[in-house]
Amino acid sequence: MIQIEGNKCDFCGCCVGVCPVDCIEVMESNIEIDDEICIDCDLCVFICPIDVLSNVATEAV
Amino acid sequence: MWQQKQFDCIVVGGGPAGTTFAQVASRGGLSVLVLEKDRDIGMPVRCGEAISDKGLRYFHDPDPRWIQSTIDRIKLTAPNETEVEFDLNDIGYILDRRIFDYDLAHMAAQEGAIVVTKAYVNGLIIDNDMVCGVKGNYLNSPFEVRAKFVIGADGVESRVGRWGGLRTQVKLKDMESGIQKTISGIEVQSNKFEFYLSRKWAPGGYLWVFPKGNNSANVGLGISGYYAKEGKSAQKFLDEFLQWKYPECSVLTTVAGGVPVDKTLKCMVADGLMLVGDAAHTVNPMTGGGISSGMMSGMAAAETAIELSHNKKEPTRANLNSYEKKWTKLRGKKHEKYYRIKEAIFKFDDDDLNRIADGIAAVKEEDRSLLKLFSIAVAKKPSLLIDVVRLFTGL
Repeated sequence: MIQIEGNKCDFCGCCVGVCPVDCIEVMESNIEIDDEICIDCDLCVFICPIDVLSNVATEAV
Repeated sequence: MWQQKQFDCIVVGGGPAGTTFAQVASRGGLSVLVLEKDRDIGMPVRCGEAISDKGLRYFHDPDPRWIQSTIDRIKLTAPNETEVEFDLNDIGYILDRRIFDYDLAHMAAQEGAIVVTKAYVNGLIIDNDMVCGVKGNYLNSPFEVRAKFVIGADGVESRVGRWGGLRTQVKLKDMESGIQKTISGIEVQSNKFEFYLSRKWAPGGYLWVFPKGNNSANVGLGISGYYAKEGKSAQKFLDEFLQWKYPECSVLTTVAGGVPVDKTLKCMVADGLMLVGDAAHTVNPMTGGGISSGMMSGMAAAETAIELSHNKKEPTRANLNSYEKKWTKLRGKKHEKYYRIKEAIFKFDDDDLNRIADGIAAVKEEDRSLLKLFSIAVAKKPSLLIDVVRLFTGL
């Protein structure tokens, strides 16, 4: 599951651009990820310029 | 109110591509609604703000209020800090996009377009496989508005295209993970674009220092998703650079952003839908510059909308193909070439860059013809020749 450090996010939408399943929604000052649709591919985690996103499952391993 | 009306065109996104579409289409007699999700047109500025004089003049005479500095020279810094400088053939500018974007929206409104901010689009209205409007939220109230043409100008996210069935997702290696700080209190020459090329500063991309006058500059970088995967973020790269180069600077703005450095989408249109700007991957994949090319795609799409309307033709995928053809002729073909150059440069490691820079630095500036520079680069890295041959033969 992707975790968002909400207060760090700049709402740039970079993560949305690489998401293969369109499960991320970025509004002017809000970001949401639909865990039901997310496939844990981690592309959003890699591309985020400011380390807002992390994958809880990947980090636990 | 706009919520109760029908339009010829609805544009999702109020950046330069969207508002250029709106201006051209309105002038051509079409009714246009522009929906911007943010509170302001032109803010926040997720952009290095560089544009060439030629690129700007294609659309507008430069207004002094838009220009923060005029650039006539480039400085490249290699990994070993060898500096190579040369004059630009075509001058460039650092824009103030807060004012520039705002003025473009204003010009569209002057032509009759309706521009709305804080209007968030979250879906399309699709009837019999034809896109014919958008759904969204405006100040907590849902809305549905219909139009003959829907224009996705929603930037790097490009969700409008996805909802319309287009494959707009950017491959990880073709997305630059970007960050920029506007800093002040620094020594910087106001007529130079400065680029730093090294895997240690910005792997799979470059770092830029673009002067904004009065001892301030946009300092930013993009790293390829290919390298971002290794776990060190763009922000960390930039912080290290600033600590090294400008440890005492003040930071006035910080923005993150993604730049799609890709070939243009193979399919920019669907029934009732056209994509323009970053949403259609119209950024120059070699430089990452996308203001003028985005505007050009907006203009080409608007011309197609006007032609189809005047000829009473339906906005089917087949008819909208005329937009794709215009774009390919304007920039699309060139961008395929630039993409191949990007791929070739991508393979250079820091030793290659050092050897090339040292070779060029040894030649007096007045003797640096393009051919000479090219032969130096090839002598320093023979495999470059193969890449260049590939480039021109398209292999």
